[in-house]
Amino acid sequence: MADPMRIRAQSSGDKATVRVLMSHEMESGQRKDASGKTVPAWFIQEVTAKHNGKDVFSAEWGPAVSKNPFLQFAVKGAKAGDKIAVTWKDNKGDTRTDEATVS
Amino acid sequence: MQNRRETLKQSAVVAGLLATAGFPQFAYAAFNKAAFDAKSVQDSAKAAGATSIAESKDVTITGPDIAENGAVVPLGASTALAGVKHMMIMVEKNPSSLVAMFHVTDAVEANFSTRAKMGQSSDVYAVAIMNDGKALWAKKEVKVTLGGCGG
Repeated sequence: MADPMRIRAQSSGDKATVRVLMSHEMESGQRKDASGKTVPAWFIQEVTAKHNGKDVFSAEWGPAVSKNPFLQFAVKGAKAGDKIAVTWKDNKGDTRTDEATVS
Repeated sequence: MQNRRETLKQSAVVAGLLATAGFPQFAYAAFNKAAFDAKSVQDSAKAAGATSIAESKDVTITGPDIAENGAVVPLGASTALAGVKHMMIMVEKNPSSLVAMFHVTDAVEANFSTRAKMGQSSDVYAVAIMNDGKALWAKKEVKVTLGGCGG
């Protein structure tokens, strides 16, 4: 299981800005190791977010997203105290969910 | 009694229903592989469902003018337009141009930022795919001093 994500959700006006830092290798599939073999691609393919249990955000990523990816988006109508849960799933089927409270 | 053909047909239907219902364990199947495999900006926009492509001032791409490290280039895509279905970030000269595709819903703003890898200096694009199939894009040139794909 991968390391936890760091999520910060901050409300400003009628929306909340969510910043997520995930811990993932994000191998592009272009790199070669010391013996000249291609390192197989290993990257987060799907990211979804829930606001108080309701799906609000989803994204598909390619291998060109940086290692330990950063993501920022804004959820409309989220207030302080609301829960934001973020889930990622990589191309090997690994998945992880973490939750944060809007401040 | 069911024969094999019927069984296969039914399981395909069920899988389709589950995928549209958005169960996370089946969402994997919905991954738009064609869009990510496409080499050029136009091809991946088309694979994501765009019918016409035009430049637009209403779409914004944010990024640095010069990126010292191509492995982490902060890029953002945003638009104030209504009726956006997807926002995409693309790097033209990467092996596959599409970096990330964000699905816009009523509950989130069409304003996303992330960090991307860039192999070399290139134009980066923000593409907004509207509900009617139009794709609107904006581009910006980012110079990379150190590539982030090979090595």
